[in-house]
Amino acid sequence: MSVAQQTRRGEVTLRDLSKSFRLNGQPLQVLRNLSLDVRSGEVLAIVGPSGCGKTTLLRVLAGLEQPDRGEVLIDGHAVQGVGTERAIIFQEPRLLPWLTVLGNVSFGLQVRGKSAAEAEARARHCIRLVGLADFEDAYPRQLSGGMAQRVGIARALTVQPEILLLDEPLGALDAMTKQAMQEELTRIWREEQVTMILVTHDLEEAIFLADRVMVMQKGGTTPPRLIDVDLPRPRDRSEDRFVALRRRLMQEFGLH
Amino acid sequence: MTFQSLDSSPVGSVEVPPGVALLRRGMGAARSGLRRYGLLAAFLALWQIGSTQGWINATVFPPLDAILSALWEGLTGGALLDDIAISLQRSGLAFAAAVAVGIPLGLFMGQIRAVEQALDPILQFFRQTSALALYPVFILLLGLGEASKVFVIFWATLFPILLATTGGVKDVDRKLIEMAATFGASRTTIFRRVVLPASVPSIFVGLRLSATTALLLLIAAEMIGANKGLGFQVMNAQYNFQIPQMFAAILLLAALGLAANALLVTLQRRLCRWADLTR
Repeated sequence: MSVAQQTRRGEVTLRDLSKSFRLNGQPLQVLRNLSLDVRSGEVLAIVGPSGCGKTTLLRVLAGLEQPDRGEVLIDGHAVQGVGTERAIIFQEPRLLPWLTVLGNVSFGLQVRGKSAAEAEARARHCIRLVGLADFEDAYPRQLSGGMAQRVGIARALTVQPEILLLDEPLGALDAMTKQAMQEELTRIWREEQVTMILVTHDLEEAIFLADRVMVMQKGGTTPPRLIDVDLPRPRDRSEDRFVALRRRLMQEFGLH
Repeated sequence: MTFQSLDSSPVGSVEVPPGVALLRRGMGAARSGLRRYGLLAAFLALWQIGSTQGWINATVFPPLDAILSALWEGLTGGALLDDIAISLQRSGLAFAAAVAVGIPLGLFMGQIRAVEQALDPILQFFRQTSALALYPVFILLLGLGEASKVFVIFWATLFPILLATTGGVKDVDRKLIEMAATFGASRTTIFRRVVLPASVPSIFVGLRLSATTALLLLIAAEMIGANKGLGFQVMNAQYNFQIPQMFAAILLLAALGLAANALLVTLQRRLCRWADLTR
């Protein structure tokens, strides 16, 4: 039993997921009969034009939105609402300005009823993991954008999730910080062995981080395409196969 | 890795002998003091000189030294101490009551939309009705004693606190609430750990507005129907043409307002250190 649980840790299955919104009185179908298997420990990147439903899909996975039909299974069990096995990293760091870095990172565990001492010990470990050990007592206002986002990542890691959901986590960062953070995400993924589902609009980021890239189309009528990224890590952005894959993905979008 | 240093202090500053450094610091303090209080000092000097030299009517604007000695006599002789005590008691009681009612009710209204929607029209109506206009009604209901005075101040101070608290709760960033919810935080936990701390700065805005209003209403209430208190002393001194005494009472009221504000600002700095770290 325990072995079975170990091997299934962080598995995500979507079955016939549908979701629509009402926009100016008109129903707008965002997800249509979407089925998908995400393996344990896999990195899946979801890309697509804006309005294709990638963020909606992530919010359904997070339990922040209810699907109209279909279900989300985690390790074989149907889930509803938020759960302790998932953690989310948002596009904005969403830090509480009145708490220090340490307070923010231990917030998740404290909310889940852990004692302050226990939560802080675990938080310190995660703060070191994202390289902010010297800034434990700093307040969010004193941090740069990249540092604040790293605090958000550490906060998600403290609760030891099986699945990390990332909603354009590096979208608001400058190009240099972004590259450095992509490397850090790879390292964190390797060290923590979590399943990562990442929404992004940056194709290079998708290829750099993911095992598979899911390309979603607008309207939900055409089923999304899955593309394997069969490149060894650490990945080199200027390598031939990397460049070829990026070109192929751009063609999927109709860009050349 | 993109480390950014928080305190990038300039290295290799030029060595300065200690005496010169001290002198420079003193000069700097004097200059910033002059910039901040220079105009006030000039105003007071002009008053003093104008009054003694007869540029302005000395019976209406007595020289500052006459006002200050009247103030000193009032304080040391104990004549003004009773007035200060009763004024503090009236405004303090009313302010405390407004805080005790306004903050919990505001938090409640900000959290539950239905309550806010039901209460808002009547509260807006009450708020727009001047407290002073209602003072005769309160006197009819509560008599000419302490109760009506405290109540009219309470009435006027309640609304700034209530509205600022409600607004503060409603303006809490939804994204922070959603973040807490993704960690499985209950409604109570979200309220305690996110909504409440996020509302503190705007609650303080309400408190400071209310403190000013409390003093304003205190004076008006004491001028209308009292035989004690600083507001009464201003009126009384004017009737008896004791102009230095009148200004002494006015000065005390101003000091009271400044002290109340300073107290609240200090408290706010303590509680919301995070809000002005970069300023």
